[in-house]
Amino acid sequence: MNGAARFARRIAPQLAILAAILVLISIVFPGFFEVRIANGRLYGSPIDILNRGAPVALLAIGMTLVIATRGIDLSVGAVMAICGATAAWGSTEGYALPATLALSIAAGLACGLWNGFLVAVLRIQPIVATLILMVAGRGIAQLITEGAILTFNQEGLIFIGSGSILTVPTPVIIWMIAGLLFTLVVRWTALGMLIEAIGVNLRASTLAGVNSRVLLIAVYMASGLCASFAGIIAAADIRGADANNAGLWLELDAILAVVIGGTSLLGGRFSILASLIGALIIQAMNTGILLSGFPPEFNLIIKALIVLTILVLQSPATRTAAIFFRRQPGTDPADTRTVTP
Amino acid sequence: MAENPPLLRAEAVSKGFPGTIALDAVDFTLVAGEVHALLGENGAGKSTLIKCLTGAYRRDSGDVLLEGQLIHPRDPLDAQGLGIGTVYQEVNLLPNLTVAENLFLGHQPRRFGFVSQGRLKSQARETLSHYGLNIDVSRNLDTYSVAVQQIVAIARAVRLSGKVLILDEPTASLDAHEVQMLFEVIRTLKRRGLGIVFISHFLDQVFDVSDRITVLRNGRLVGTERVGDLDRMKLVNMMLGRELEQETRVTGRTDAPSGGPHLTFERFGRSGRMAPFDLAVRRGEVIGMAGLLGSGRTETAEAIFGVTPHDSGDARKDGERIDLKSPRDAVAAGFGFSPEDRKTDGIIGDLSIRENIVLALQARAGWSRPIPPRRQVELADQFIRRLDIRTSDAEKPVGLLSGGNQQKVMLARWLATNPTFLVLDEPTRGIDVGAHAEIIRLIEELCAQGMSLLVISSELDELVAYSHRVIVVRDRRHVAELAGAEITTDSIVKAIASHEAEQQA
Repeated sequence: MNGAARFARRIAPQLAILAAILVLISIVFPGFFEVRIANGRLYGSPIDILNRGAPVALLAIGMTLVIATRGIDLSVGAVMAICGATAAWGSTEGYALPATLALSIAAGLACGLWNGFLVAVLRIQPIVATLILMVAGRGIAQLITEGAILTFNQEGLIFIGSGSILTVPTPVIIWMIAGLLFTLVVRWTALGMLIEAIGVNLRASTLAGVNSRVLLIAVYMASGLCASFAGIIAAADIRGADANNAGLWLELDAILAVVIGGTSLLGGRFSILASLIGALIIQAMNTGILLSGFPPEFNLIIKALIVLTILVLQSPATRTAAIFFRRQPGTDPADTRTVTP
Repeated sequence: MAENPPLLRAEAVSKGFPGTIALDAVDFTLVAGEVHALLGENGAGKSTLIKCLTGAYRRDSGDVLLEGQLIHPRDPLDAQGLGIGTVYQEVNLLPNLTVAENLFLGHQPRRFGFVSQGRLKSQARETLSHYGLNIDVSRNLDTYSVAVQQIVAIARAVRLSGKVLILDEPTASLDAHEVQMLFEVIRTLKRRGLGIVFISHFLDQVFDVSDRITVLRNGRLVGTERVGDLDRMKLVNMMLGRELEQETRVTGRTDAPSGGPHLTFERFGRSGRMAPFDLAVRRGEVIGMAGLLGSGRTETAEAIFGVTPHDSGDARKDGERIDLKSPRDAVAAGFGFSPEDRKTDGIIGDLSIRENIVLALQARAGWSRPIPPRRQVELADQFIRRLDIRTSDAEKPVGLLSGGNQQKVMLARWLATNPTFLVLDEPTRGIDVGAHAEIIRLIEELCAQGMSLLVISSELDELVAYSHRVIVVRDRRHVAELAGAEITTDSIVKAIASHEAEQQA
């Protein structure tokens, strides 16, 4: 089968948008593509985009799976705060690095289990179910940090946020490996297909014997896991856990990354790679607006306009129009669907 | 009463949707002061006709006359203004407002521009007293039973419309006493000269309250009869589309396999959905299940497959007790289930034919043991050939196929799991003639290979052709079992229509 061609066609729009934005930035800011090595680490705006984009990229991985099941996870920003606070607490309590990380990851998985329980067992609508933890999560994080910004000095933990391996910043390596592993796991096992099946038609999938309850819990736990990675990176980056601001509003960027990546909020077909490119598009916009020297008060509006443009270009109405202009009306695929009795 | 001038008249009304004709030149006449029942199986066109009368749909052709005047209601609100009111099964009122407010919403008595609470209540009390209801009108509507809410809805519809009242399955969620209360209201309104259209699946109720009955089938008018000229046999025959004189002498299959039962269900039931039943299935046996809509056919299948798990009795497979608490349990026991509503319960529309075919097999194998892509393609191609699924390739989304081909994909999904027992709920509904014949041939072929089948169908001729035994369900219980030569379309219709058996049970 022409699987590779189909795959290329799937991510082509996202790649095109990313390229367009990068070109746009380099016009406004000519030195954009310069990359240099200093102190054994890569520096430069493109590296900055990859590095700064790590939290949203990680969140987008889990969010893609959740959205593929026709759900949504609003709590990931708050879960980042909880996991960052847990890591900071473990570090200040003197635990070794593996134990600290394990605690933080366990916290993320527990948050995911809670969300999954509400959605899959109690059948609460995902948007409401995860809203609970979105609101309560920052409170839990504040309890862990006892209201202050909990700082730490553990070298290993700080390395995760600002170190580099073979000149590549650690956060970049983490999100790339996470993206690769998640993609391999869902595509080499049957998970991907089963997730898509329950996203398209939960009842029919359950009737076909799919264990939809366990799968739903699993995707929310995956989302919690990704949020814990993101939370650790965010905390390690500033060498402290800020319960109020860590991951603030990042759930919205993660959802946006998935949407720009072309996965429908109605569930079904998903692509983790496309969501990752979506995350990079968002970060490229953020970086680009900063570099271009616009007054900061315009940043959010410019970002909103770019997002609007992307979504309009991807909308079904625009696609239909594009097909209409490209082909003769007679070969319009919409025609083949109309049944004339 | 039929000599009264027609109140509401539909002449040759037709309505088509892409691919189907839902209503084909149907005539319908309602006179003042009668209760006119509208009957038919699912997809017969009852609700389409009602929607054409109330303006929810635009009719494609034909005339609708109210008191001799041609009308073109734009929507149900417009129809209400003209005098046609409708009350649905689920009460369409606002449960968190008071009874009085619900009665007069949008038409409250006003005083200096403000709603006058005192007059609102007294008028509400007076209105409801005509319906034999003496309740506190200042309490919220949802504090009262569905029957009372139903009557409030009727009172509101009558107050706003006043000529024609359409009741769409009003008794579906009422108990026997409440039904009588509602019928009292209906009879009172009839005496006041309203024309009432009554839709129900309960034949007893139809005979109890109606003056005339119109039967639709497959979008066509079968006939309109006075209740006095009809008996239950004739009515069921009309609904199932058979002529009385058409004496088919074909009987069921007598080559029933011998040997012990493969599956046994004992006192198997689900309270509120299906009375406990006993059922034994041999290998290679086809059991047909007949009954009218809502009689408990689908409920039986869903209890067996663990969709709504049974809460009484147990099931054994070759003597071993098996769990059937969920569809997963049923699949593990070697069952397969092709549901009645393909779109919502069967196919995964956006996924490909290949993925839909391997889904049940994959779900049973578990997520960690993926079926290799090459094997998936093989399976898909094999079933596309074997069942003659008409498609360009296996990667096409299954939602784009026709109904018959979707049904074949559903069958392929289960056949891929090599089931020993297959439950098919209306496998031939809504599919074209060619696919229809192929599916019947497949049922016979599978049974010859030793698979046991439970087939639910409204097509009696079809049931007679392939069943070794036929179970007849009525009022959510199994009321009769016919075997071999006893199975004829007549004997099935008799069992469905018989009244006495019910009293004894």
